Parts: sequence; structure tokens; C-alpha cells
Amino acid sequence: MSFWQDPIAVIGQLILDLLHSLNLPEGWIVFIYTLISVVAVASFGLLLVIFLIWLERKVAARFQDRVGPNRAGPFGLLQTFADMVKLVTKEDVVPEKADKLIFNLAPILSLIAVLLIWAVVPFAPGWIGTDLNVGVLYIAAVGSFGILSVLMAGWSSNNKYALLGAFRAVAQLISYEVPMLLTMMIPVLLARGMGMVQMVTVQDTWFIFLAPAAGIIFLVSSIAEIGRTPFDLLEAESELVAGYHTEYTGMKFGMFFAAEFLHAFTVGVLFAILFLGGWRGPGAEEIPILGMFYLMIKGFLGYFVVMWVRSTLPRIRIDHMMAFNWKFLTPVALALLILTALLDKIFAGTALRLPALLGANLVVLALGYWISTLMSRRQAKERTKFKKRPVAKPA
Amino acid sequence: MIPLSWYLYLAAGLFALGLFGAVARRNAVAILMSVELMLNAVNINLVAFWRYLAPAEIGGQVFAIMVFAVAAAEVAVGLALIISIYRGRKTVAADEINLMKW
Amino acid sequence: MTVEQGIFLFIGFVILFSAFMMVTRSNLIHAALYLVLVLFGVAVLFVLLDAGFLAVVQIIVYIGAIAILMIFAVMLTRGNVTGEAISMNSVFGWGLLLCSLFGFALIIMLGQWPGAAALAPALPANWNEVSELGVALVSPQGYVIPFEVASVLLLAALIGAIVVARPPQKDE
Repeated sequence: MSFWQDPIAVIGQLILDLLHSLNLPEGWIVFIYTLISVVAVASFGLLLVIFLIWLERKVAARFQDRVGPNRAGPFGLLQTFADMVKLVTKEDVVPEKADKLIFNLAPILSLIAVLLIWAVVPFAPGWIGTDLNVGVLYIAAVGSFGILSVLMAGWSSNNKYALLGAFRAVAQLISYEVPMLLTMMIPVLLARGMGMVQMVTVQDTWFIFLAPAAGIIFLVSSIAEIGRTPFDLLEAESELVAGYHTEYTGMKFGMFFAAEFLHAFTVGVLFAILFLGGWRGPGAEEIPILGMFYLMIKGFLGYFVVMWVRSTLPRIRIDHMMAFNWKFLTPVALALLILTALLDKIFAGTALRLPALLGANLVVLALGYWISTLMSRRQAKERTKFKKRPVAKPA
Repeated sequence: MIPLSWYLYLAAGLFALGLFGAVARRNAVAILMSVELMLNAVNINLVAFWRYLAPAEIGGQVFAIMVFAVAAAEVAVGLALIISIYRGRKTVAADEINLMKW
Repeated sequence: MTVEQGIFLFIGFVILFSAFMMVTRSNLIHAALYLVLVLFGVAVLFVLLDAGFLAVVQIIVYIGAIAILMIFAVMLTRGNVTGEAISMNSVFGWGLLLCSLFGFALIIMLGQWPGAAALAPALPANWNEVSELGVALVSPQGYVIPFEVASVLLLAALIGAIVVARPPQKDE
């Protein structure tokens, strides 16, 4: 296998040979090798952020009919580095009454929570941090560190706006975790396992065709999880200044910022793995680096949708946001989960599996939409029924 | 290799600390937290016994999951009670909630 | 000392230290965060015990739900956020005595038990924890009735918590 086809395997073998030549005990070799791969995966994520910020600014600019960053370097590619220098050289302000330790830990935890997800992302055949047999559940688990970091940041700042922002954020994150987890279970059902590698290898037909409604709900609730517009109520600047990171300056703010961008792209990659077949594509089994390429293309597709939604929709009201989650997304996701389990069992191995699942998804989505519009219309009617309308009188 | 006794000693220490918290803390929320410590100590024991003595039987893990369910239910109801009491009496100190004491 | 033992000792120290801090801090938010550290340490122990599923569930249920609920409760009962004057009740001396006696008794008992030195046997070949657990939880020969009872318990707790914690409605 040549270097250009599978650079990771070649480099990994090199490092292993080097460690063996040092005559260390076996346990330590495994430990050091694991440590090196952890650092490699984490730095990949962190380096990606630099590119993502530039990309997001460019794309958002095009949506708003602007040019975007174009001064530093070709196409403004060095803009992020300039921003980083600016953030690092800024004064690091810690509020007098803040809880210092927690205040400093929160941004680190928020970045860690996102980076941890990358440990189970299968980049290409054989390129994975660790193939846990509970991979999907693990993603849900590390998400809870993100929630914790928001709460820590909001509380330790000793600022009313930050605390209110944190309360809002946690309410939103916990609520939207429910439909996200439910829809993540649907690919698990279809793949017959929670491992991420298995998830990719069984997707001869992409799961988006077997479960389109689940894919859409997953993407929507993930957008809420990362707190992007239209769900950016956690940092609604007109109401809350900047939400839970109001008091943060310099690189500590930069960490929250980087975590948010990386999380947005991570959502795109997760969507690609769970619903778009991950690294699958022509020739990817033989040449792993092609698989990486396919995964990145699919991941950027998901990320582009997130950016698109962000530039298109305005922020929604908080009660609408909660109602949308509890009265539409969660019931539909529950119905989908039960239906998928039933139909997948009934039509397992037959040619009818695809049309049955696809049809069931579309029917559930349409029914859910119909019922929810019916309910909201009735509610609107009841709200206005007994109300005396103000009558305009001539002065 | 880690002998079974290490886990058991750790769990014993954790349980004793949790018991101390539950007996001695004044704040009702802190008492609930201490109860969580004890439940965790029990869970460590359950899983350690499963792994060391009966790895072919999945029972130890099932019991641990039951403990999770009980802990979740206990915290939900317990915190609801605490919030409800706080609303009426403006305190969560366990020794000030003494309406039913004579 | 192997790497595994080193990890265990470190995690064990973190767990006991955080547990001690948790029961003694008067600032309840700090106590709750130390609780999170304990819970995370226990999750790591589960990983060392080859119970990866339980470790992940521990993080989801305990850190993602229970600890966050605790922090919320502390903040909602705000009189006590930044520290009470006295964090221990009047009988805490007796509590200390009782718990240290209890702890020492446990440790002495453990020291005399011959089975405590056991080492972990190898797991059965083709061990798939998740599917084993799933089958055990829903098979009639396994634990289907406890499983269903647990789900009813959770539902009851959910409804009960809402009913208890809801502020009295005006129109009732």
C-alpha cells in the first residue's frame, strides 16, 4: 500500500516501528501510540476550525451579496489568522466577582465536548480514532459536557444576562436533545448496531432514502443544538447581550467561538455518516484517502445547509421554539422510531423495504405537519374567540 | 491487572462519604447529591462483581441499569419536592423543614 | 505497575477527593460540580471494567440529566447558592463518627474476605455487551418484568415531578 493511497496507515506503522525499536513494555507502547493518535485527531479538528471560519464568512457574505474577507492573503484565506492574533493579544478580563476556576474551565470544556465527538468519526476505511460499539450513544454522551459548560460559563460569570442566557440555552439544548437522540436511533435500527464503522459499511443504500424524515428532523434539532439561527435564542443580542459568554474576552471567547463553528461542521459530518453513507463512494474501499475526500464533501454539504438556513431565516420566538420541539419534532420522531422498527422487521431482506420505509416516512411527516397546523389554527381561533376587539373611534 | 479488592475498597470509601453527606448536610439538595454518591458506590460494586465473578451472566449490568432508573426517578421527584417546599417556606435547609415534628 | 493500575489509582484518588469536597463544600454549585467529577470518574471505572455501554449511559443519565437538574435546583432555590452560614447540621459529629465506623468496618470486612483478591477472568469469546444486554432486558427468561416496572416507575416519577413542582394555577 503506497503512501498516497493510505498515508495514515503508513505513518502509523512508522510510529509503531519506532516505538518498538525503543524496547518499551507493550502497555506503554499502546499508551503512547494512543496518545499520539488522540493528539492527531484533536489537532485535525482544531486546524479545521481555521478554515471553517473563513468559509463561513465567505459563504455568508455571498448570501448577503457582499464579498467577504478579501484583504489578508489570497481570497482572504489568512483572515482567520489575523483574527486569532487579534483575539490572543486582547486583554483577558476576568470579572471581579467571578468564580475564577469555573470561569476559566468552561470554555475549555465547551471545546473538549466538540472535539470528543471526532474520536468516533470514521474518516475512511481504517481511519477512526476508536470504533466504540456504542458510538452513537457516545456522541450523545459527550454532548452533555457541552450543556454543562454552558451552565458553568453562565453561572460563574456572576452576570444576570449570562445566567439568563445559560438558563435559556440549557432549556433549549435539553429539549432539542430529545428528538435528536430519537432520530439518531433510527439509523441505529437500520444498521443493526451502534458502532460508527458498522453504520457506514451497511449503508449500501444511504439511510436518507430509508429515513428522509428522520434525516430532516436530525438536522433541524442539531441546528438547535449548536444554537445557530433560527435557534440562536441563547445569544439573542437584543435581549441578552451575548448570552452565556457575555463576560468572556480574548481567547476564552475564541474558544467558545471555535467550539461553535467546529460543532456546526461536526453536525454536517454526523449527518453525512448517519444518513449519507459516510465515506462510501466509488473506489473508497481500495484508496482510503478518497473516502476521506467523500466524507469531507458530504460533511460540507450538511454544513452548507446549516449556513444556508442561518442566512435565510430570522430568529424564532422562544415559545414557538419550545412548541415546535415538543408538539411537532418529538411526537413525529417517536412515531417514526416505532414505525421504522416495525416496518424494518416486517420487510427485512425483501425488495419492499425501501419503498415501505420511504413511504412511511413521508406519510408520518405529512400527517405530523397536517395535525400541527390544524391544532395551531384551532388554538388561534380559541385565542381570538371571546376577545373584545378594540374599536377605532374618531377622536 | 487490578484485583477486585481495589474496586471494593473504593466503593466502600465512596459509600461512607455519601452516607456522611446524607446524614450531616443541612441543605436538602446536598442530601440528594450524597444519596447519588451512595448509589454510585453500589453501582461500582455491582459492575465489579459482574466482571470478576460472573462475566457470563449479564445480570450485574442489568442491576446497574435498574439503579440508573431508580436514581433518575428519585432525583426528579426529590428535586420537585424541594422546589415545592422552597416555594412555600423559602428554605431548603433540612432541619428547618419541621412542620410535622412535635 | 501497569498503565491500567496507574489509571485506576489516579481515578480512584479523583473520585474520593471530589466526593470528600462534595460533602464538605458549603457552596452548593461547587458541590454539584465536584459531584460531576465523581460521576465522570465512575464512568471511567466502568470503562476499565469492560462495561462501555454502562459508562456511556452513566454520562448521559448522571452528568447530562441528573447533575444538570441538581445545578438547576440549586439555582432555583437561590437563598443558598453562594454558601450557607452553616453547611452541616447540628448532629454532624455523630454522623462523622457513624460513617467513619461504617467505612472502617467495611474495609476490615473486605480485608478478611478471601475472594477479594480475585483477578478479572477473560470475557467470553465474541462478547457483544450491547446485544447481550438488550436481549437480557426484553427476554421473558431474562429481566423483562423489572424492565417494564422500571419504565412505569420512570413515567410515574415524571408525572409526579411535574404535578408536585408546578406552581398552583390561578384558575383551579
